[in-house]
Amino acid sequence: MPVWLSEQEYATLRAACAQLMPSDQGAPGAEEAGVAEYIDTFLGAFTFDPPRIWAGGPSSGRKGGVAGFATFHHLSRLDELAWRTRLEGSQGRLEREFNGPVVGLQQRYRDGLAALGEDFGEVDGSEQRRRLRADEAFLEILWEHCCEGMYGAPEYGGNRDGIGWAYIAYEGDVQPRGYSDAEVSQP
Amino acid sequence: MTADAVIIGSGPGGATAAEVLTRAGWSVVIMEKGRNHLLDPDDPTKPAGDYSNDEIKFISRYFLGPDPLIEPRAFRRNADEGEHTHVGEVNSIPTTVGGGGTHADGKVPRFREEDFRLFSTHGPQDGAAVDDWPIDYDELEPFYAEVERAIGVAGRAGANPFAAWRSGPYPMPPGAPMYGAVLSSAAAEKVGLHPYEAPTAANSIAYDGRPACNNCGFCAFFGCPIHAKGDPVALLTRAMATGRAELMAETYVSRIVTEGRKATGVEFIGPDGVTRTMDAKLVIVAGGAIETPRILLLSGLEHPALGRHLMCHFQTIVVGHFPHLRLHPHKGRAVTHVHDDAMVQDERTREAALGAGLPWFRGGLVEHSGGGLPIMEARHSPWGRGHAQAMRDSNLRERMWAFIMQGEDLPYATNTVDLSPSVRDARGFPVARVTYEPGRHELAASKYHGKILQSVLEEMGAQWVIHTSSPGVSYHGVGATPVPESRHVIGTARMGDNPDTSVVDRWGRVHTLDNVVVADSSVFVTSSGYGPTLTLVALAARAAHHLAGTKPG
Repeated sequence: MPVWLSEQEYATLRAACAQLMPSDQGAPGAEEAGVAEYIDTFLGAFTFDPPRIWAGGPSSGRKGGVAGFATFHHLSRLDELAWRTRLEGSQGRLEREFNGPVVGLQQRYRDGLAALGEDFGEVDGSEQRRRLRADEAFLEILWEHCCEGMYGAPEYGGNRDGIGWAYIAYEGDVQPRGYSDAEVSQP
Repeated sequence: MTADAVIIGSGPGGATAAEVLTRAGWSVVIMEKGRNHLLDPDDPTKPAGDYSNDEIKFISRYFLGPDPLIEPRAFRRNADEGEHTHVGEVNSIPTTVGGGGTHADGKVPRFREEDFRLFSTHGPQDGAAVDDWPIDYDELEPFYAEVERAIGVAGRAGANPFAAWRSGPYPMPPGAPMYGAVLSSAAAEKVGLHPYEAPTAANSIAYDGRPACNNCGFCAFFGCPIHAKGDPVALLTRAMATGRAELMAETYVSRIVTEGRKATGVEFIGPDGVTRTMDAKLVIVAGGAIETPRILLLSGLEHPALGRHLMCHFQTIVVGHFPHLRLHPHKGRAVTHVHDDAMVQDERTREAALGAGLPWFRGGLVEHSGGGLPIMEARHSPWGRGHAQAMRDSNLRERMWAFIMQGEDLPYATNTVDLSPSVRDARGFPVARVTYEPGRHELAASKYHGKILQSVLEEMGAQWVIHTSSPGVSYHGVGATPVPESRHVIGTARMGDNPDTSVVDRWGRVHTLDNVVVADSSVFVTSSGYGPTLTLVALAARAAHHLAGTKPG
């Protein structure tokens, strides 16, 4: 059940993410990593309290220490203004339009996914790629978020169980363990 | 509420002024427009616990600020481009308690003797306001020594053959060298350069109640989760521990209130959005070389040199690909080795400068540095089939090594910070407009030294090497942004003895305001090619000691 997108939009998003990051000969793709879930959670960040914008610290618990990432930061008044504007757009509200109207990411996704078509999940790969390339601006946003959802901290909803990190042999966050001097200096 | 001094900005300059003044018995109020993610509000000797190894939070989502939707800047290369060509991030330094010190990877080299007398040593350059500083290295050395001890700098005296003299050793030895830097240093030595362990404000041993760095690798652009980085937490913590410093986070100074030659207080907006005024006997401005002139301009200060001579360090970036190596650049202190050779004139450099039609040129400190983190790498990798394998091969991260030269920018009167005529921040005030482009000196030095750096990477075994810059320029053939991204901002309120040509005097005091002192890199006369932090901290300490009538200890 998506947090913010409709079921139809979420299905299109999953198919688009899978085209950008396909599962490939044992390599995990966007589907296994939950990249669409990451994006949907980001778009719906303000349906959570605190909003899912900044994971906490100082450690995740994966390499010892407390599991602080799981507790998201509260936002200040201005933080909330910034992130609501970025996600929801300015919507004609004066306090969000001090430098003019802002189109939010929610609207960008709603429009971008609609343009991919309700049948996006059914058409073949080459047609999917053609449609993705047709809107370069949306593709750029989508790709950026795919990268975050595949290789960012799992607490944001993607990189499920660290699957993106594991495939590239990257340890991810390492506090409080860190690395030994030998690990730093030797091959 | 009253205090002996109101300090605007809690970064390295403001924190240093606070520490020296509170040690001397003064009371200070530090106003910081960003949030406090640095110090535990209940025990400022401990970390707040908010920093983390989190690429999304720090790189994608502006955790340290400023958020460009709330505090944008305007940019243009020159006045011919109209009002601006870009609105958003422009060489932003964190807007948070701790300021620029929080995101820096902690390299803190001193300047050398000639950096304070560029005009006397090398002479003029057409179109540039090359000048000597009103102070010299010898005068600043005791303050360098004091602040190196205070923040804890790891380094090895004598490692750099070009270094200025120093009165004592570094407080602690260097940390573990990164594997890539071991290889690039060996290659640099083979081509006749002189790499050395970068003086770094990250503990190599437990120091001053803070732990040794554990090499997590999240240095540049991240806050240190364990406070192994000493700048500016060490100075801020000491100031708070005296009980004579009050830290007001999320407090935005909108104006210094003046009456004739005196500041009488500051007007500020607190976290509740309410505007108030606080009386002040002394105001110390430490907002950095973009925000400091902005505050002074918003306060009505008029001076022909205010906002002029902005310098950013023109970065030459030379990247090599090493398909046979895995360099794991995510382990360690981001940069552990540097070399100064591009700052030193020799016969070949002089000939190259003359060949470019210049009397001389200087490059800058060269950092031996690896690639970024996985999200950054992924963004530059192809999508579709092959993406996962490309990331596993990691040609853009694990198999890359780079040199970044922080090239000296000369001070041009046309590179400026002023108030945008139309762009506002969320509180309704005009934002800073940056007008900046490199001159012939920067481009010629970059071209010459870039080739030398290319030869080092080839010596190291690079399969291919590319040479680019930040900001991007046409001769490199790479469509990089013209907006500077060095995070080094310098100049704009230069110091000098002549009140007609300089904004502040040799003590950082504004010539036309008796009780307003600037304590950041705005006051630099020239930029050198070294990171500005340690020098601005030493200058802030010197200014504060002068105010308090104390000596460095």
